[in-house]
Amino acid sequence: MIAELVIFIILGIVAVSSAFAVILSKNPVYAVLFLVINFFALAMLYLVLSAQFVAFIQILVYAGAIMVLFLFVVMLLNLTGAIESLQDKLPAQRWLAPALGMVLLVEIAVVFLSGFFAQVPEASELPEGFGTSAPVGMLLFSRYVLPFEVTSAVLLIAMVGSIVLAKRRP
Amino acid sequence: MNKELLLTAGIHLLVAIVILGFILFVVMYMIWGLRRIMGFMQVRIGPNRLGWQGLLQTPADALKLLQKEDVIPKGADRWLFTIAPIIVFVPAYMVYVVMPFGDGLIAKDLNIGILYVSAITSIAVIGIVIAGWASNNKWSLLGAFRAAAQLVAYEVPMILALCVPVIFAGSLRMGGIIEAQEGGWFTNWFIFRGYGIPALAFLIYMAAGLAEVNHIPFDIMEAESELVAGFNVEYSGMKFALFFLEEFAAAFTICAIAVTLFFGGWHAPFPFLGENLTGIAKMAVSLFWFLAKTAVFVFVLMWIRATWPRVRVDQLMNFGWKVMIPMGLFILLAAGTVVTLGWVKL
Amino acid sequence: MLPAYPYLILSAVLFTTGTLGVLIRRNPIIMFMSIELMLNAANLAFITFARYQQSMDGHVFVFIVMTVAAAEVAVGLGIIVAIFRLRGNINVDELDEMKG
Repeated sequence: MIAELVIFIILGIVAVSSAFAVILSKNPVYAVLFLVINFFALAMLYLVLSAQFVAFIQILVYAGAIMVLFLFVVMLLNLTGAIESLQDKLPAQRWLAPALGMVLLVEIAVVFLSGFFAQVPEASELPEGFGTSAPVGMLLFSRYVLPFEVTSAVLLIAMVGSIVLAKRRP
Repeated sequence: MNKELLLTAGIHLLVAIVILGFILFVVMYMIWGLRRIMGFMQVRIGPNRLGWQGLLQTPADALKLLQKEDVIPKGADRWLFTIAPIIVFVPAYMVYVVMPFGDGLIAKDLNIGILYVSAITSIAVIGIVIAGWASNNKWSLLGAFRAAAQLVAYEVPMILALCVPVIFAGSLRMGGIIEAQEGGWFTNWFIFRGYGIPALAFLIYMAAGLAEVNHIPFDIMEAESELVAGFNVEYSGMKFALFFLEEFAAAFTICAIAVTLFFGGWHAPFPFLGENLTGIAKMAVSLFWFLAKTAVFVFVLMWIRATWPRVRVDQLMNFGWKVMIPMGLFILLAAGTVVTLGWVKL
Repeated sequence: MLPAYPYLILSAVLFTTGTLGVLIRRNPIIMFMSIELMLNAANLAFITFARYQQSMDGHVFVFIVMTVAAAEVAVGLGIIVAIFRLRGNINVDELDEMKG
């Protein structure tokens, strides 16, 4: 209990502060690295919640592939600084955003803590093999086989789409 | 703090230190071996002065590197320049958590072992790209671009090839995969079973592995003749040593994983060579077989390094996307088919 | 074992941070990363519910969300590169025409 609380507090602080660093950093390269730290903290939280398979898939997909793509594009376009113009077309938005963000936060919190979701059961013993690869695979190929197939179509479309976008027109 | 917790923490710390020492030792003598073997293959002598047969040459070189001035180039991003070698080295070290050195000699036999290995090793790319960018140098930036394109392209066939022994063994756990290949004789190793499908997977795995550790035919990200030294051209001293250490530790990892997945891990090739032992003797013999098999592959890597030319960038990308990935998908399908239809005895 | 609420609150905070990022930043790459933050916050909620309901369905959802995120990044970054090639600048405030 105490150990889990300490781990949760540390990981929570890392996750929240790195998330803020992502949205506040001037240099996109730093933003990418802070996002990687954020994903790591989340992967550790998944481990605490006994979701080992998803935790390492998270590291493999996000840290290993998606963030490398981000870094690649940031470096390719050389976006370091200077592209964010100081003249905002909607200057009020920057001041309104935090206020509305607080409203959103309260709203989500109320939804989570009341009504339907308040019925979340207390923690108890998990069934054998919870969070390992085999049950995820069983679910993917039995109950969720249709979403799974749709996902493959999504990936195919994304592949074709990015090739079309990247192709230079003569 | 209770005593039990402290004891567990102490044991884990001890294991971590032992593994770090092992990596340092192995890398030092891999470098020595590389220089001697390449010397032999190129009809030179190689380092043979310091110590017997030059055995102390690499420790001396390491000491020299540690004493060197730590240069941070003007215009480089100080922070990122400093943490990049650490981002590169730490994953290469973390992989050893699931390394099955011998029967009972695994630091932690995670039940997602192979997934852990591929997830952790994929982080090193970020470090390499950051190193190239933070150096503020054209060559290193080009090296970083090449690294990102190459490592992402070759990770896919590598994971597809890793899936084949996992399907055959029905487990992601390192220990489970090795147990599935037990039975005394070398014919039980995956490489000799399953109608040659694992053998094909092994070839794909080794080719992709060479690309992952930027070894010779695929080392375009640091191609000395084109890019000076690629992403690490601005690095010196301790930081350069970390890159060097990572490269060799990762090469050892690739060989060790190949042995685990395809060549029976710690099992002896013949039942009379140490299968029926118990206790410490069993541990020692299994450690010997694991290291011996891995050493063979490390030697093959050096052999490749001494004999093969470097591929061009476009050849590398073509080979990755148009040959390796379709082949990987094909063997995955084939392995799934033969296992589902029960054509292999598991 | 902690109750579920701390994890859910953390997920809410991360989601809000992502939303703020989309609202206050004008660099499309950072806006994109904020969207990834929001997706991950949702994933954390999924995993939390999966843990406390003791059903692995949440893990499957996370799996699918990750796939969609990967597809989205590939296409989105492709669009950003295409816009940059066309206009030489990618301030989203200036991308307010419907024609290329």
